[in-house]
Amino acid sequence: MPAKTADAILDRHFLELRCEILNLAAALDRIERSVGFDGVRDDGRVELLRQGIDILRTGGTDRAERVQMLFSDEYQAGWNQ
Amino acid sequence: MYFIDPHVHMVSRVTDDYERMRRMGCVAVSEPAFWAGFDRGSVDGFRDYFRQLTEFEPTRAGWSGVQHYTWLCINAKEAENVELSRGVIEMIPEFLNKPGVLGIGEIGLNKNTPNECTIFREHLELAAKTNELVLIHTPHLVDKYKGTRMIVDMLQERNDIPPHRVLIDHVEEHTVKVAKDGGYWCAMTLYPTTKCTPARAADIIERYGDDHIMVNSAGDWGPSNPCAVPDFIQEMRHRGHSEAKIRKIVYENPLEFFRQCERFEFTPPE
Ligand SMILES: [Zn+2]
Repeated sequence: MPAKTADAILDRHFLELRCEILNLAAALDRIERSVGFDGVRDDGRVELLRQGIDILRTGGTDRAERVQMLFSDEYQAGWNQ
Repeated sequence: MYFIDPHVHMVSRVTDDYERMRRMGCVAVSEPAFWAGFDRGSVDGFRDYFRQLTEFEPTRAGWSGVQHYTWLCINAKEAENVELSRGVIEMIPEFLNKPGVLGIGEIGLNKNTPNECTIFREHLELAAKTNELVLIHTPHLVDKYKGTRMIVDMLQERNDIPPHRVLIDHVEEHTVKVAKDGGYWCAMTLYPTTKCTPARAADIIERYGDDHIMVNSAGDWGPSNPCAVPDFIQEMRHRGHSEAKIRKIVYENPLEFFRQCERFEFTPPE
């Protein structure tokens, strides 16, 4: 467990998180207003970013793990048999 | 607080880094053999590198009061050259009885290829035959989850390397449980962009506990910070974790793992 309260953690991180959302928004804008955007509109990486943002909008305590799995190659059990 | 950086490639760093690390409380480092940024052409190239790791580097570390330990192998990137890899694996025993050598590492996977698997298994064979500890590199980014699972599968193909003698490195949110559930030691790497941050490493400790886990900087010739472990210490303090808990992760846990090596000799700081 974190040693501090949720309130204290929110206080500590609010501005930093606001900044991270702005960075994300500005980078997505930059891609969209650049030459050739139509060519990357359906790029798999853009779709992955969209899905990552969707994960952030859900609740729970394992969002970081789910984002990691989103950006991971699939593992095939029994590959070495 | 005294700390040990259990994974840092000091041959790529300058003596000033040893000085800064020592000033911040570093008393020992362990340095796995790794990729030099280019593929080496011969077994003799590795023999010279292993001499550097076992002879000059401990001396240079000693100038700053840091104790230096090392791990030997051919890394996963160069394992694509199977013939060269076999030559290096055959040569490693020349160095296994040198003081400061802790075992075989960092072996593992990089792009999860069949050649990497072949050479990983042959390193495991050497470690089993010589009863050495094993330090494992897991792949980065998209390859990490699959590669970590494959590594554990290959470890479990045999029963002569007990899990508590193996350290699985560079674990993150989605692989820490894979390592812990298998009974292996694990480590988190504090590295810009591709690995963990001090805050996420502290989150993982809060979720999975402080047993059989450590943190390292994996400082090397790329963008990296050999003083990243103190950043983690600072983050844990900010969150109100006890000094005893922090010390367990950054000092006692690496010692407990290293002490399984019969050659390991350590002088505690005054
Ligand atoms: Zn490394």
